Amino acid sequence: MAMESVEAVVAHIQGLSGSQEEVAHLHSLLKQSEDALRSQAARLGAFFHQLDPSVHTLGYLFLLEAYSSDPVCREQDGDFLLSIVEFINSCSAEQIRLAPEKFISVCKSFKDKVMQLQVPIQGIVPLRTAIRKLQASSEQLTTLHSDYLLLCLLAKCYKAGLSILDDDIFEVDQPRDLFLYCYYGGMINIGLKRYRKAWECLHNVITAPMTTLNAIAVEAYKKYILVSIILSGQVPLFPKYTSSTAQRNLKSHTQPYVDLANCYATGTFSELEGCIQTNLEKFQSDSNLGLVKQVLSSLYKRNIQRLTQTYLTLSLQDIANAAQLKTPREAEMHVLQMIQDGEIFATINQKDGMVSFHEDPEQYITCGMIEHIDSSIHRLMALSKKLGSLDEHMSCDPAYLTRIGKERPRFDFDEFDSVPHKFL
Amino acid sequence: MDGGDEGVVVAPIGDESMCSNGGAVDDPRRPPASSGKAAAGGGEQMDLEAYVALYTGRTRVSRLLFIAERCGNEGMQLEALRMAHDEIKKGEDSHLYREVIAKIGGRLGPLYALDQTWVDMVDRRAEARKEKLENELNSYKTNLIKESIRMGFNDLADFFYAHGQLGDAFKNYVRTRDYCTSSKHISQMCLNVILVSIELGQFMHVSNYVSKAEQAPEQVDPITHSKLRCAAGLAYMETKKYKLAARKFLETGPELGNNYTDVIAQQDVATYGGLCALASFDRTELKNKVIDNINFRNFLELVPEVRELINDFYASRYASCLEYLENLKPNLLLDIHLHDHVETLYTDIRHKAIIQYTHPFISVDLHTMAGAFKTSVAGLEKELEALITDDKIQARIDSHNKILYARHADQRNATFQRVLQTGVEFERDVRSMLMRANLIKQESILRAARKL
Repeated sequence: MAMESVEAVVAHIQGLSGSQEEVAHLHSLLKQSEDALRSQAARLGAFFHQLDPSVHTLGYLFLLEAYSSDPVCREQDGDFLLSIVEFINSCSAEQIRLAPEKFISVCKSFKDKVMQLQVPIQGIVPLRTAIRKLQASSEQLTTLHSDYLLLCLLAKCYKAGLSILDDDIFEVDQPRDLFLYCYYGGMINIGLKRYRKAWECLHNVITAPMTTLNAIAVEAYKKYILVSIILSGQVPLFPKYTSSTAQRNLKSHTQPYVDLANCYATGTFSELEGCIQTNLEKFQSDSNLGLVKQVLSSLYKRNIQRLTQTYLTLSLQDIANAAQLKTPREAEMHVLQMIQDGEIFATINQKDGMVSFHEDPEQYITCGMIEHIDSSIHRLMALSKKLGSLDEHMSCDPAYLTRIGKERPRFDFDEFDSVPHKFL
Repeated sequence: MDGGDEGVVVAPIGDESMCSNGGAVDDPRRPPASSGKAAAGGGEQMDLEAYVALYTGRTRVSRLLFIAERCGNEGMQLEALRMAHDEIKKGEDSHLYREVIAKIGGRLGPLYALDQTWVDMVDRRAEARKEKLENELNSYKTNLIKESIRMGFNDLADFFYAHGQLGDAFKNYVRTRDYCTSSKHISQMCLNVILVSIELGQFMHVSNYVSKAEQAPEQVDPITHSKLRCAAGLAYMETKKYKLAARKFLETGPELGNNYTDVIAQQDVATYGGLCALASFDRTELKNKVIDNINFRNFLELVPEVRELINDFYASRYASCLEYLENLKPNLLLDIHLHDHVETLYTDIRHKAIIQYTHPFISVDLHTMAGAFKTSVAGLEKELEALITDDKIQARIDSHNKILYARHADQRNATFQRVLQTGVEFERDVRSMLMRANLIKQESILRAARKL
């Protein structure tokens, strides 16, 4: 394995980027010359213009990766960002997938640079393109997903994150990616006030299989408690499939939040405020103070919603008393806000100071609703089919059959044997 | 007024002044009805002699002591203690005697001070008798005659019971079980055990032995049958299973008569059965099992207030029904078995009354309703709110006009809503399940790779 010079490598790249076999050959050659490239990283900058990223993607990628892994080059090159963006936009997806780690490492250095220069917004579109090119299918999670969401959060462009978040993820390469992805996803949904989606993302973090506790899960659990309270007024118990590590340890690391949840359950406003005051610094240091304030206002909402179940009309004064607000004016503000948000159906009669509560006017007879139901049914059927095929696939898996074969009780020979003997 | 009379007792529980049935309207002499744990001074004065005359045996003393403890009225307390003292002196229980003397504390004069000679005499007699019985028992045991061993244990247990050592009495009664030869013996043994268990307050044993007695191969005679029913009813009541208790009490036949006065009086059967039934039965059951029940009518005749209040409830005369209840309350709080269930039963009956009142109407004016239940509109609103939140009434309150409107949920909309909700949840759960499955698969692949 000769230490080839950079020129030789470039020549190879130019020559062998035609068909698939050539590219495979090129790939092995490139792998051999990795060290050479790395040692001569500083010189690489001059060679980029000789290569066309869309055709010579793989070679370009190797060079770029060696180049970007060298910190000196990164600092000095003013056009570093631009060149990477150009590469991402024009590279060919199949060749990228031959060396995904290299691609990911290039994108990571890109992200680091963008964050260092404090212009996260510049990184959003390129990274999205990168994700789309790297993914084998839209159901696959890559390491870039979490970086992308991080940039969206930093740039406060939450909507940009939605296009990636709305994809359902079923394949995961690295469990760690999932944690970060779901955590950031939860945060973006909170920013967009889509609390149900945020709850789902955070739920996925804390119920993911884990053997040791990690910090992401702890932080996610803190937000999970707050979002659960805002959504439904209580924190649900851990489902059966939560890992025992999580079940045992999460609560002990998030004591102030658990206290807050217990305080909320008792329902009095002043107690809740007191609880928040005592733990104020902790909430602030976790940057959860905004959420905590929303928890506070949700207490009013919940009290008012309970009233809609028992009363047809109620005076603003009585609402203020029941929900522990100070004046009827405040009660009116809250009710108005809730009507606007669509959380309750009511009309305020200002002359009498009365509020009349109505039933949900949804009659489930419009075309739009029928369409919604229909599409839901189709979606669920597809999901169901997927689940069925996964189950079938697993029943044929040799490892599974071996395990079942070992554990089943010994029957007589003439009993029907569902597991072939070769698996015993 | 002898305790031996059968059923010819006039208004045994309740104020003597209330002689006409159902005439429980404002009696200027009677101070306002008292509520709370102890009947405050000036409440209905129970006629202690008449009350106690209904019972025999140990339960007389227990009841008197209980009343003395709870009545809160010094005069009545002393009266009860005095009667308890006299009762105890007729028996052989020196511990109880000492207890009563301590409670009296010398307030009743020299006649009711500690009579040490009596105590010593009783103790000596007891010692002698105990030795004799134990010797006899040992000789029977060596002779191995089943019947005499059984009698021996029985006598020993009776002795312990008379002397107030209930735990030993219980043990010995249970021991006779192995030597019972006929079903009569078995039922006798069970009744004894039940008696002691009730005194001890161990109602689980009571239910056990009731079922044992009923499983006897031969048919038990009607009196024993009624006794067992009463005992079962008491056990259920103590464990707060009011519906079952009511059923048992209602099945008690009139043959009970005064045969079980060492546990329960006929008036008690009526009161307990009536109140439990009212608190737990629905209208049809109430009509069939209580009002149309000929057997139970005999018991109800003895306690006309309970009869009246059940009829009032059924006929929707809630104000008078609730008034009877209030009048009965002070005396019921002094009853040894019922006192801690009174509040629960009363609340249940009141709630049932409210629910029954609102049931037939589409809209109800809260002012009228408050008048019918003799409360204020605000208080009524609070009660209704609690019942609506518990989903016992399907209605909504129009607080502006003070009207209660019945509300029937739209089934169709509710179904659609539920379906969509289920779909959303299914989707969410399956998606995260698939992802988790994938994660676990990755992990197992990693582990397999490492092993290789």
